[in-house]
Amino acid sequence: MTSTTDTRVSIAPRHRLPAASSWTLTIAVVVALLALLPLGFVLWAAVVTGWDMASQLIFRSRVGELLANTVLLVIFTIPICAVLGVSLAWLTERSDLPGARFWSWLCVTPLAVPAFVHSYAWIGMWPGFNGLPAGVAISVVAYFPFLYLPLSAAFRLLDPALEDQAASLGLAPFAVFRRVVLPQLRLALCGGALLIGLHLLAEYGLFAMIRFDTFTTAIIDQFQSTYNGVAAYMLALVLVLCCFVLLGLEASLRGRSRYARLGSGVARRPKIARLGRWKYVALLLPAATAAFALGIPVLTLGRWLIAGGAGVWQVDEVGLALWQTLVICLIGGIVTTAAAVPIAWLSVRRPTRASRFLEGCYYLASSMPGVVVALALVTITVRVMLPLYQSVATIVLAYVVMFLPRALVSLRASIAQVPVEIEQAAASLGRSPGNALLATTIRLAAPGAAAGVALSSLGIMNELTATQMLAPNGTRTLAMAFWALTGEIDYAGAAPYAVLMVAFSLPLTFLLHHQSKKIAGR
Amino acid sequence: MTFLTLTSLRKQYGSVAALDGIDLAVTAGSRTAIVGPSGCGKTTLLRLVAGFDAPDEGRIVFAGQQLADARSQVPAHKRGIGIVAQDGCLFPHLTIRQNIGFGLEAEASVKDARIAQLMDMVGLDPAMLARKPDQLSGGQQQRVALARALARKPRLMLLDEPFSALDTGLRAATRKAVTDVLNAAGITTLLVTHDQGEALAFADQVAVMRAGKFAQVGSPREVYSRPVDAATAAFLGEAIVLPADVADGRAQSPLGVLPVDDVAYRGKAEIMLRPEQITVTQARAQNGSDGAVGTIAEINFCGPTSDVRIALGGDPQGFSFRLDIPSRETLVPGDRVTIVVAGTAHLFR
Repeated sequence: MTSTTDTRVSIAPRHRLPAASSWTLTIAVVVALLALLPLGFVLWAAVVTGWDMASQLIFRSRVGELLANTVLLVIFTIPICAVLGVSLAWLTERSDLPGARFWSWLCVTPLAVPAFVHSYAWIGMWPGFNGLPAGVAISVVAYFPFLYLPLSAAFRLLDPALEDQAASLGLAPFAVFRRVVLPQLRLALCGGALLIGLHLLAEYGLFAMIRFDTFTTAIIDQFQSTYNGVAAYMLALVLVLCCFVLLGLEASLRGRSRYARLGSGVARRPKIARLGRWKYVALLLPAATAAFALGIPVLTLGRWLIAGGAGVWQVDEVGLALWQTLVICLIGGIVTTAAAVPIAWLSVRRPTRASRFLEGCYYLASSMPGVVVALALVTITVRVMLPLYQSVATIVLAYVVMFLPRALVSLRASIAQVPVEIEQAAASLGRSPGNALLATTIRLAAPGAAAGVALSSLGIMNELTATQMLAPNGTRTLAMAFWALTGEIDYAGAAPYAVLMVAFSLPLTFLLHHQSKKIAGR
Repeated sequence: MTFLTLTSLRKQYGSVAALDGIDLAVTAGSRTAIVGPSGCGKTTLLRLVAGFDAPDEGRIVFAGQQLADARSQVPAHKRGIGIVAQDGCLFPHLTIRQNIGFGLEAEASVKDARIAQLMDMVGLDPAMLARKPDQLSGGQQQRVALARALARKPRLMLLDEPFSALDTGLRAATRKAVTDVLNAAGITTLLVTHDQGEALAFADQVAVMRAGKFAQVGSPREVYSRPVDAATAAFLGEAIVLPADVADGRAQSPLGVLPVDDVAYRGKAEIMLRPEQITVTQARAQNGSDGAVGTIAEINFCGPTSDVRIALGGDPQGFSFRLDIPSRETLVPGDRVTIVVAGTAHLFR
């Protein structure tokens, strides 16, 4: 009797688990291939176009202008965001700034306002403000939370003993900050800066509204006005190269060194700096940031809502847009998260070189701007599978490509928190491998999956570029309706759509803030 | 000469008194160990001396200079006090060379020579200088941390449980290496530990700490043999505490009449014996040999030693005590044993 039980227990996993992981791996590979379609398409387009035609289309003054605009935008915006992010993160995490918690929430809230709504708000306030200065200013307020979030988490995770140690080695407080704290923020700085850089390359609405030309706006102009395929493809190629430059820069700056604390560190909270009489001067920074990043959208939206009165709330139209947006967000969010499950499980439970490579593919694919993804999927469906052109399947695939890493991060973190022993315990109690996975890991990772759905839905709700190009006929999401109305200079009519987008994004933004706190163990 | 003086130090965290009136004098060049269970406030004390925290009350005077009182304090970076933390606390983003040279201000060649000298001093291979801390073992990291703290030639070295993260074999070797280096450099040292063996082996002076106070301060031999109370005795090692009637330097106890270390006291008291004072042998036939007679009530074989419970007065449910004895005796429960006590018993007044 005993021997029979033993045989069954020891043999079952050997036969079944590899089968399970090979299936998972197959699905993960298929998803990765689909995700890499846009990138593959751009490279294919470059090859098909041929060198003569390509060089004519690439080496011309228009591309030079766009490149100059893009480079200037990036080299002004990122350093300003970095200084602002470090200062705000230090003030809210490491100083006795009055109301630090409150300011910390306010520093994340601008993420709930889509970038093009920021732009709309600034235009409403200062109609003549455009060009590079406007591009930089609006980008800073729209995107600095991408640096603030990882930086504030990094500040919380720093081992305070290292700073004590540096002081005991004779370093004055500012030298401690420069030589010990700042170098340890490098990962957060690199990651956040990369995210902002990729957004700057990919954003359409923000820059189109203030008439600042970037590759993305130029590609959409080409696409909408002349449908000049080849010219648009070549612009997309240069844009993709710009993305690669950013990715390469980030990888080389980040380096390979280990930054995690050694050993267990101490269970002590970091020391809080006393600002003394500088307290009120220091308050000016978060207050001014909040005024520009939140005050301006609130004021402009409020003004247009009052000006428009009840007339702008056309319940049937607004309601339909809201309904369609929610449906597409939910479908997109669930499919994106489901697509992330195989690779999330593999990277935690069966980490191999192959799983790391696959993960890299997903990140690379998602760093492609929405306009490139959309352009590729439009062209492929029109040429190869016309029935899929402007179908729900295609637009959902675009969302999977663009937002899979958001779902992956949440999922992987929550799977990693479920020890494999729990799964094994379930197996030892007679559950089949699939059943054990369902009853333990998947059940316990459900909150992470929910967060993944929420975060990818947030991205989808505020996505404009790809949605415009790929949405099925008759679809009108909040973002699309907003954009169409502002195009007709009906700023009052657009306001309700912006308000709804912000209202639905707010809880998700708070979720993001909460998650970053939880990562730091609070 | 008193080098470091702590006077009436108090530190409160919320409603908890982490330090509740600490007085200590440390002489130049000596080694002092502060030993106590976790949470007794010993690390807080070290942090106050290092300058990472400020006392609520009391004073810290170091080499004639007041470092801290309730109102003002010299910041940590101006104290010239070195510290080696529990897990070494090396800077993860710097190489070993950069870690050791972190607090040194000198031109590159002088710095390199000093770093090489320090590596030699702590017994590390110079080939490690280019590595990052995570490429070193725990013991090596501790040696680097020591070299880094020594680089600035501190006048006082604070060791915050520096050996507790190491495994047993490495712990003794690293402790020996650190003691030798500090001795050779003649640096006054304050060690904080929860390991009583480590404290007794390392220090010239041991302070036993409990709930934010020093229960006893003295030489290792003194605190071990003449602890102030039963709790201190038990914290520093196995102790057998017996009730006794004391008069004229002799105690009438369940183990018979024993000499005590206090000739003046008369009356009822508790006396303490260390297990190494007691020899247990199987009782021969009914010959009235020296020593008390007991019965093995319980025995657990643990390899080289066996843990036995010995009941006195023939009644297995009566007064008994536990003891580790060499396993060579072939004892079984119920055997009668003779108990012989060497030396004097310590009297708790």
